[in-house]
Amino acid sequence: MTDSDRPQYPLATMPPHLGDVIVRAHGVHKFFGDNHVLRGVDLDVWQAEAVMLIGRSGSGKTTLLRCINFLEEPTLGTIEVDGVRVEADPLGKRQKGHREEMRQIRLRAGMLFQDFNLFPHMSVLQNCIEAPTKVKGFGRDEAVAAAEKYLDKVGLLDKRDEYPARLSSGQKQRVAIARAMCMGPKVLMFDEPTSALDPELIGEVLKVMEELAHEGTTMIVVTHEMHFAREAADRVVFMDGGVIAEQGPPEQVLDDPREEATKQFLRRVLAAR
Amino acid sequence: MSNSGTAGQHSPVDIVRIEPPAPDRVVAAMREAQARRKLRFRLIFVATWIIIVGGLLLALKAGPRFDPSFLSNWWLYILGGVPLTLIISVTSISLAVVLALSGALGRLSRNPVIYATASLYVSLVRGTPLIVQIVFVYLALPQVFPAAADVPVVVLGIFALAFNYGAYMTEVFRAGIQAVPRGQREAAEALGMPEGLVMRRVVLPQAIRIVIPAIGNEFIAMTKDSALVSVIGVQELLWRAQHIGQANFRNMETLMLAAGVYWAITIVLSLFQERLERRMARGDR
Repeated sequence: MTDSDRPQYPLATMPPHLGDVIVRAHGVHKFFGDNHVLRGVDLDVWQAEAVMLIGRSGSGKTTLLRCINFLEEPTLGTIEVDGVRVEADPLGKRQKGHREEMRQIRLRAGMLFQDFNLFPHMSVLQNCIEAPTKVKGFGRDEAVAAAEKYLDKVGLLDKRDEYPARLSSGQKQRVAIARAMCMGPKVLMFDEPTSALDPELIGEVLKVMEELAHEGTTMIVVTHEMHFAREAADRVVFMDGGVIAEQGPPEQVLDDPREEATKQFLRRVLAAR
Repeated sequence: MSNSGTAGQHSPVDIVRIEPPAPDRVVAAMREAQARRKLRFRLIFVATWIIIVGGLLLALKAGPRFDPSFLSNWWLYILGGVPLTLIISVTSISLAVVLALSGALGRLSRNPVIYATASLYVSLVRGTPLIVQIVFVYLALPQVFPAAADVPVVVLGIFALAFNYGAYMTEVFRAGIQAVPRGQREAAEALGMPEGLVMRRVVLPQAIRIVIPAIGNEFIAMTKDSALVSVIGVQELLWRAQHIGQANFRNMETLMLAAGVYWAITIVLSLFQERLERRMARGDR
């Protein structure tokens, strides 16, 4: 990395608890057919940083997240997670090698989904140890110990032998968090983790996420929960029309936005409450 | 309202209270009435069947040309074909499941050669009659591969049936695999699982759950289609019935017995099938 290439923290003051850059998304474009969804996004995330992506639907937040771990192939751009650097390969020229590169990225970037996607045919514990044993080659005992640690962390150790169908939506999302943690990712990415939850269950999931943020878990969160963003974010990134329109510390972006688009968006969101 | 006592004063004695029946008693009574109606329906259902089928049998028996007592010497021999019928069905369906699974993976493959091969299999087999395939295996194959002549006809028949059903079930399996929500695959990929593992541990177990009721249907159809291998001399249920019937000019008696047995087998299997389907529909496990 040359000196001019060295990432600069995008805000005036860098929170003291942050480490090195863990995630770099550089010049990311994404087309769905003719629809130009991401129009050149640069996003760097530092270790122990909690970055919240906000913006109206269609602004590209979710697509950006999915491009970072290649659930969507970026049309253009570079993704780097914990030292693994992958160029977009939209034409599929590198196929096999590229598939392995993407897998290496995914091993480092855990992903949480709106609708949890727990494996319904596996118990909670099996959900948590499946990938560690089959992918990372952990022994069963080791994997179970880790799974129990994280299940305890999300407050669901007593559900370890239940099947997902018997859990509430909030519990499912907490299990999904534990499952992702079991892979020891360098960054956790949340794609609207509370959008599919019953309103009274949102709190329990946000609480877990807030704890993770305070413990220094690196995370990127697409969210509509402005209150949560204010509490837990180190940096709020507002996306509009496929680019980052404004970013800053939560107080600044949420209370005193500079851009007209941000102001409009926040007015609408707050009016809806 | 009557009014005894002093005018203008309501005496509580005069008010007739009608105690409403307790809700749980109403519910219980409704449930009982419903159960009675259901039972009555079932009894009439069974009676209707018995009357129609029994009536036809009696009408036949009244004539001079139908003699069910003929079967008393032969029923054991004819029913002796049932185990073979069942063995053929079970082995064929098992082989067909393996073929169908491979076929479905082929039909979902990105590799053009694999995709083309699987598609050819499905198209060719579904585009030709099962009876042609069975006769083909029996008559045409040995002409080119003399070794096929030494293979027992049962085995040839089983292969033909499995080959045919495998093609039909390929599409069932493919649909089952595609019915597994996309998010399942994404979640597995996001955990860093390589493609093969995603398929084996996450997608297929769920797809098979989806497909099991359909396999049950195919199995029932298979027990009936297994009768077709009688044309190449496999001595199963139909072959025996036909053989005895033709030799004694008692085709009505023997074929009715065979048909009745097929019917009974499919009824029993359908009951299992229904129960299985209900169980699959119930839990998400």
